Amino acid sequence: MQKPRLRLSTVLDHVILIIGSLFMMLPVLMLLQMTSMPDLVNMKNGPGLSFGSQLDDNFLKAMLKADGFAGANTGLNMLWNSLILGFGFAIGKIVLGMMAAYAIVYFRLRFASFAFWMIFTTLLLPLEVRILPSYEIVQKLGMLNTYQGLIVPLIASATATFFFRQYFRSIPEELVEAARIDGAGPVKFFFDILVPLSRTMVAAMFIIMFVYGWNQYLWPTMITTDEGMFTLVRGIKQITQMLEGNQIPEYGRANMLALIAILPPVLIVVFFQSWFVKGLTESDK
Amino acid sequence: MKRAAFTNRWLPILLLLPQMAIIVVFFYWPAWHALTSSFYLQDPFGFSETFVGFANYTSLWKSAPYARAASFTVVFSLLVTFLSLAIALLLAVKADKVIKGAKAYRTALMWVYAVAPPVAGVMGIILFNQSWGPLTRFLTMLGWDFKLGVNYYDTAFAMVLVSVWKQIPVNFIFFLSGLQSIPKSVREAALIDNRSASGRFWDITFPLLAPTGFFLLITNITYSLFDTFGVIDTLVKGEPGNNPMTLVYKVYVDGFRGNDMGGSSAQSVILMVLVLAMTIAQFRLVERRIHYT
Amino acid sequence: MAQVTLSGITKTYPNGVTAVHPASFSIPHGEFIVLVGPSGCGKSTMLRMIAGLEDISAGDLHIGARLVNHIDPADRDIAMVFQNYALYPHMSVRKNIGYGLKNRKIPQAQIDQKVAEASALLNLDDYLDRKPSQLSGGQRQRVAMGRAIVRDPALFLFDEPLSNLDAKLRNQMRIEIKALQRRLGVTSVYVTHDQVEAMTMADRIIVMNEGRIEQIGSPSEIYHSPATTFVASFMGAPPMNLLHGEILNGMAQIGDLRLAAAPKAASGAVVIGLRPEDITPDAAGPLMLDIALVEELGAHRLLHGSLLGQPISLHVSKDIAASTGPLRASFKPETLSLFAADTGVRL
Repeated sequence: MQKPRLRLSTVLDHVILIIGSLFMMLPVLMLLQMTSMPDLVNMKNGPGLSFGSQLDDNFLKAMLKADGFAGANTGLNMLWNSLILGFGFAIGKIVLGMMAAYAIVYFRLRFASFAFWMIFTTLLLPLEVRILPSYEIVQKLGMLNTYQGLIVPLIASATATFFFRQYFRSIPEELVEAARIDGAGPVKFFFDILVPLSRTMVAAMFIIMFVYGWNQYLWPTMITTDEGMFTLVRGIKQITQMLEGNQIPEYGRANMLALIAILPPVLIVVFFQSWFVKGLTESDK
Repeated sequence: MKRAAFTNRWLPILLLLPQMAIIVVFFYWPAWHALTSSFYLQDPFGFSETFVGFANYTSLWKSAPYARAASFTVVFSLLVTFLSLAIALLLAVKADKVIKGAKAYRTALMWVYAVAPPVAGVMGIILFNQSWGPLTRFLTMLGWDFKLGVNYYDTAFAMVLVSVWKQIPVNFIFFLSGLQSIPKSVREAALIDNRSASGRFWDITFPLLAPTGFFLLITNITYSLFDTFGVIDTLVKGEPGNNPMTLVYKVYVDGFRGNDMGGSSAQSVILMVLVLAMTIAQFRLVERRIHYT
Repeated sequence: MAQVTLSGITKTYPNGVTAVHPASFSIPHGEFIVLVGPSGCGKSTMLRMIAGLEDISAGDLHIGARLVNHIDPADRDIAMVFQNYALYPHMSVRKNIGYGLKNRKIPQAQIDQKVAEASALLNLDDYLDRKPSQLSGGQRQRVAMGRAIVRDPALFLFDEPLSNLDAKLRNQMRIEIKALQRRLGVTSVYVTHDQVEAMTMADRIIVMNEGRIEQIGSPSEIYHSPATTFVASFMGAPPMNLLHGEILNGMAQIGDLRLAAAPKAASGAVVIGLRPEDITPDAAGPLMLDIALVEELGAHRLLHGSLLGQPISLHVSKDIAASTGPLRASFKPETLSLFAADTGVRL
């Protein structure tokens, strides 16, 4: 008597989940379908159900073809810039964050609370609210269209520091005491004990920060005007203009670029799901 | 600070120095700059500036476009927050319940986290293409003559939809992890005390998820204010015109495109105060959450 | 020659709280000394000051002939075993044990040899390449011991090392640690809140309460002649019976019940201490007890009741039949302890 009713609710659960999953997946499948079709078909009919043979062709176009004056914004070049931004941002953030968190948690510091508040105030204001003055300062420093100018201002917030501070505080105190008795000084303790111990945390942070850096849009849009410096996400604007301007809009190439722009972060998030979820949900505590 | 801290004097300073330097140059300096220049009026060529006191603020107060952007931002934020939280909660509850395919569903529902907002915007443009966009067709079937980028409300609708789509995964992840942290014994006790599944949800699960929900509420409002920039900029194809605009987008348009540094700075300062208030509220909630658990 | 000497060691925190009031004692070479007391009594702080993990606010600490107040923990020639073991989770057992030696720049061959010796001593040979997470509680405890042993320290420090183990393992490790210490002959300071550990392991016990030393003495002194009512009630399970009475005409008495002769100078209100096992049922005895509860413990029984309205317990052999209700009992007068009622100090 109970069983059939139970089953019905389970079926309903699955139906809801399947609808939800389709809602999340379909737009991307649509991009994929369109990029397999000739541009002419796309222009006339838009997305459809048949899968064409233009994938490799469009992939090559997306990677190698450029528009604009310099001809520097090929997909390949933008991919390279995106990787530099993603890695540079993630590594910079993690290294600086670990160093600062180490200083705050493990040292007796006279101005510790001052440093703490100075660093943690940065959590309060995202880059977007101070975007124009930041732009002016980067301009004054002559860092427009440079990787430093792209990456360093984005690092000026304490999310990673905060995360590592929380984590370091959760490490049992006896560990540092044991290490001190074992004759490990602060530098040795950091490299021999703390860093290896934080491996999972570093991995989790890396994933979150890489995705965050890779997906930056507003800042790169302002700071890079040189096409050779465009990232994939920054280049999206070009993609939409491609759809507008040309006589036959290059849907194949544009959608392929969009797919390339989301593929690396999506792969990382999917493959390292458990680390990623852990990092995300624990960073707010 | 730990009890058994190291006592070196220079090492911690050395460790803090890089972070401090970057923060001072790229955080405090710009923030200060925004604050001061909000009291000045720059001439269009940037050669001179005059102190005007609160004039930039008062002119914002009187500005109709600013009021329009502000009210749109409020409605937009509330809609995006409410819808993405509600859908994510429903999906998280179901994903937590099912046994078969749980992992596949989880992956399918969270991967969009990694999609850049402007790419989400590009998908919106295609979905709402005037002649053959699948969603345009669907809405036309329902008798809605949808015109993205032309009709104010249609554009706003697209912005909300795409932003919700982009925001569901992060809420889903937090809700799911919140659900999974409810002790098994509590669930079993509820199973004995209450026959009805929906009763169990509203009496036990929902209150236990409330702290996560409060936390997400603030996160989502912040998201709809700032991270939607990419969605909006691509959906209007960089041409705001008469289209709906959020406050952050307006800061960018007025300051970067319109060269109105003073006005834009005043807008920045208003946003700073807004975000500050929200983040402080969030810290309070997080603090309380720690006390409860 | 004293191995460790504390002279007026004090710990005062910046907020003005004094965790350890001036304490002085010395520990001869090879002695196993146990610091015991309830949580918050200052015993751990004392140990941590000896280790150098906590600054000494005032007083001098000598290890051997050396004043070590301002010497780094690593250079004090000590080894410490922590309550939660504090093993490095990412290192194998072998590396955990050898880490301190490696930091002292000892050649690898010598480290290997020392680790091998320690692991043979502690039965850890099969686990040397495992990570701490793959070990049981007792094995982790042994690794922590191994880490201490390989350093050949002048002084072993133990901070409640057995409190994370279950009862059976605790008994076993208690014996192992004591035997090991005997064998190595290393001076040891051992902190615990468990009076059984203190009694069974110590050469001498230091009982602490609220940052002060209440008594220093051998387990038997502490047990049979507690210096204060605190020591009397802390050591022993069940604790010493403490009955309120007074001294009248040189006799300690409760109401009209005269118990024993008191020291000459004493008078006024007193607390009379009697160990539960020093009271025996005796049909002709002077004590008229009212037993309310009998606890069956197998080898013996605990009887709980009252004497003239004051709670009292006694410990009787399993051969003596016991039931609730009135019971006559006697005691040996020489086992009786007397404390001043106001200060709690032994008379």
